Amino acid sequence: MLSRVANSIYWLGRYLERAENYARFIDVNFNLMLDLPPDLKEQWEPLVFATGDQELYKSKYDSFERKDVIYFLTFESENPNSIISSISSARENARVIRENLTKETWEKLNELYHFIKNRSTKKNWFKDSPHQFFEDIKNQILLLYGLGESTVARTDGWYFRQLGLYLERADKTSRIVDVKYHILLPSPSLVGSPLDFLHWTALLKSVTAFNTYRRLYGNIEPAKVVSLLLLNKYFPRSVFYCLVEAENCLNKISGDSDGKMNSAQRAIGALRAKLEFDDVNDIISKGLHEYLDDLQLKINTISDCINDNFFQIKDNFISQNQMQE
Amino acid sequence: MNTENYHVGENFDEMFTEEGHCRAHYSEFLKQIKKTSPKRMSHLQFSANKTQIAMGMTFNVYHDNQGTEKILHLDIVPRIIPHEEWKHLEAGLKQRIQALNLFLDDIYNDQKILKDGVVPEDLILKSKDYLKPCIGLKPPKGIWCHITGTDLVRDKSGEYYILEDNLRCPSGVSYMLESREIIKRAYPDLINQLGVMPVSDYPVKLLKMLQFLSDKENPVIGVLTPGIYNSAYFEHSYLALQMGVELVSGVDLIVKDKKVYMQTTKGLEQIDVLYRRIDDTFMDPLAFNPDSLLGVPGLFEAYKAGNIAIANAPGTGVADDKAVYAYVPRMIKYYLDQDPILNNVPTYLCREEEDRAYVLENIEQLVVKETNAAGGYGMLIGPKATVEDHAKFRNLIKQNPDNYIAQPTLSLSTVPTLTDEGLQGRHVDLRPYILYGDDINVIPGALTRVALKKGSLVVNSSQGGGSKDTWVLYR
Repeated sequence: MLSRVANSIYWLGRYLERAENYARFIDVNFNLMLDLPPDLKEQWEPLVFATGDQELYKSKYDSFERKDVIYFLTFESENPNSIISSISSARENARVIRENLTKETWEKLNELYHFIKNRSTKKNWFKDSPHQFFEDIKNQILLLYGLGESTVARTDGWYFRQLGLYLERADKTSRIVDVKYHILLPSPSLVGSPLDFLHWTALLKSVTAFNTYRRLYGNIEPAKVVSLLLLNKYFPRSVFYCLVEAENCLNKISGDSDGKMNSAQRAIGALRAKLEFDDVNDIISKGLHEYLDDLQLKINTISDCINDNFFQIKDNFISQNQMQE
Repeated sequence: MNTENYHVGENFDEMFTEEGHCRAHYSEFLKQIKKTSPKRMSHLQFSANKTQIAMGMTFNVYHDNQGTEKILHLDIVPRIIPHEEWKHLEAGLKQRIQALNLFLDDIYNDQKILKDGVVPEDLILKSKDYLKPCIGLKPPKGIWCHITGTDLVRDKSGEYYILEDNLRCPSGVSYMLESREIIKRAYPDLINQLGVMPVSDYPVKLLKMLQFLSDKENPVIGVLTPGIYNSAYFEHSYLALQMGVELVSGVDLIVKDKKVYMQTTKGLEQIDVLYRRIDDTFMDPLAFNPDSLLGVPGLFEAYKAGNIAIANAPGTGVADDKAVYAYVPRMIKYYLDQDPILNNVPTYLCREEEDRAYVLENIEQLVVKETNAAGGYGMLIGPKATVEDHAKFRNLIKQNPDNYIAQPTLSLSTVPTLTDEGLQGRHVDLRPYILYGDDINVIPGALTRVALKKGSLVVNSSQGGGSKDTWVLYR
C-alpha cells in the first residue's frame, strides 16, 4: 500500500482512539465531581495535566474551572488534541485516503465531524449535563470500530489502523493512571478513605474497567488497580494487552523479510517484554509517575520507528508530527 | 404540488409546451408530483441536500485553504430525455469524438488538415495548448481523448447544439453517479415504472477502458490527483474507490529508467496506466511547466517510451479551444466525409475580418468569450451587460482579435426547479460523458447543470449553479 496512505490510516486510528478516550475521561471526571463532599473543591487540573497540554491551557486560562477545562479538552480548536481537533484530523486523514475506506466508514466519520462541529458553534453547549453529548461521541466512535470489525478486509490498511489505535490506547491508559498521581487528597490520612475509594473507582470507570476489576480482583486496592490497567494479559485496555496487539499488527505489516526484524519491531518487542516481567509492587515503590513517564516516552519512540520504517520512503514526504509530550 | 401557475418563458421548456401542456415523457412524473404536497416536496429536497453533506459530496472553493466545503445543490426535479432523442445525441457525440481524435492525431503527426488549409495553420501551431513535446507522439492504441464531457444546450425550437467539447479532464461525473443514488430514494417507484437507464456501471466501464490501454494482463492503474485542495478532489477519490484502484498524487510517484513507480510500504511498485486529473502542463516539470509542484519529473519521458499509458493524452487541450471549436464541423466532413449530426452554435471568429466587423457592430446581442478561459470567466453577455462593458470588450477584441469569439445569445432551455416560490423554470445545459476505449461508449445519463438564479444563464458551479439528475428512458 502507498506510504502516504499507510501514514494517514495509522493516524486515523490514533485520532479516533484519542477522541474516544477524551470523551471517556471528561465524562467520568464530571461524574466523579458530582459525588464529592460539598466542602471539597472540584479538581479539573489533573485532567489537563494527564493530557500533557497544561502549558497551552495556562496560557489561555488563569484557573482550572470546570467549564473552561471541558471546553479546552472538547472544543478548543487551538488545542491540537481536543476532541474537535482529533475528529477533524481523523476526518482530514480519512479524506485524503477516502478511496481506501469503506463508504460507511467515511460517511459515519463525516457525520461525527458535523455533529461535533455543530455543537461547538452553539452558545449553550454547556447548558445541560454534558453526559449525553460525550455518550454520543463514544457511541459514534464505537460504531466506527464495529463497522471496521465487520466490514474491513484484514489487509495492510487494517493493520496500520489497528496499530495506531492500540499504541494510542496504551498511551492514554498510562495517562489516565497518572491522573491519580495528580489528584491530591486533602490530607495523607485520607488514603484508604471513602474519598480515595471514589477516586480509584472513577479511574477504573474511565477505562470501563470497573466491573472487570470487581470480578477479577475484588476489593479496591491501588496496587491491584495499577496491575489491571498496566500489566493485565486479558483486559483489552491494559497497556500490556495493547502492546501485544500492536506488536501483532506490526509483524503482519512487516512480513517475513527473511526473519529479520526492523527497528520498530525491536522497540515494541523490548517494551512488551519489559511489561511482561515487571512487578506492580516494584513499580509503586520506585515511583508510579516516573514509571508512566518512561512508558510514554518509549511508546513515542516506537511511533518514531514506525514512521522511519514505513512512511518516510521519499525525502520530500511530509510527515505528520502529532505526538503528545 | 400544483403546476398550474407554472410559467413557460420564451425559451424551450423540457416539461411543458408553450401552450402549457405537459410533454409525454414527463406525464408520469407530473402525476407523481400532483399527488405530492408542497411540504413533502420541500422535505424531499431537504433530505437530498442532507444526504449530499453526509456523503461528503462537496467541492472545495478555489483559493481557500481553510477547507471551505460546499455542496453542489442537487434539485429534486429530474431532467428527462426520451429514448429517441437520446439515440440522436449518442450518434452525434460518437461522430464528433471520432473526428476530434483523428484531428489530434493528425496535428501532432502529419498535419494534413493544416496543409490542406481546412483549419488555419497558425491557429493550431501558435496555440499555447499545442504542446511541442507531443509532436510525433503515438499514444497507446491511437487514442487521445479517452474521457470526454461535452456540453450541449437547446435553442428555442428544442434543437440540441454543441457548446463545448471539454477534452482535457472534464469533471462532474461523480455528481451524475451520486445524484442518481440520492434521487432514487426520492422516487423509488417512478424510476422503476418509467424505465430509467442506469448509469451506475460507469466506473466499471471506465476501468475496462483504462485496462484496455495497457498490454499487460493485470495492469496497475492509478488516478492522479493534484490533492485534497483541488475543487474536484471528491470526484478523484470517488472514482478511485469505485474502480478499486490507487489514488496517487505527485509525491507518491517517481520515475526510474523511464518507468513510473509508486512508493509503497513494501518499496516501489510499477504503475502502468494513469487516469490523470491534473492539467497536462502540470504533469511533468521537466517536459512542461517547470514550476509545477504537483507533477512527476520524468513522467513524460516514460510516456513517450511507451512504459505508461495516460488518459487523456497530454496535448488534447488544443482541440477544445473555443476558436478551434468553430472548425469541428469541417473536421467531421474532412476526416469522416459525413455531415455533422449535431450542430455547433454559430460562432464568429474575431480573428477573421468579416466576422470581427459583425461582432463589433452587434456586440449588444452577442455573447463574447475568451478562447481559452473556462468556468464562465472572461465572458461578456451582450444583452445583460452595460454600455461601458460593451466598449471595454470592443477594445479588447480590437487589441487581440485572436483571443475572442462571439456567439448569438443562447436561449438555454428550462426545466421546472424547486424554489422558494414553488416550481419555476430555470435554465439548464447538458453534459453527457463519453468513453473511448475499444469502442466509443456514450453513458446514458448526464450531468445537467442548472442556473439557480432566476433568469441566469450561467450554470457553472463556481457561479451559483446547481445540478439535476438526468434520466434517459429505455423507451
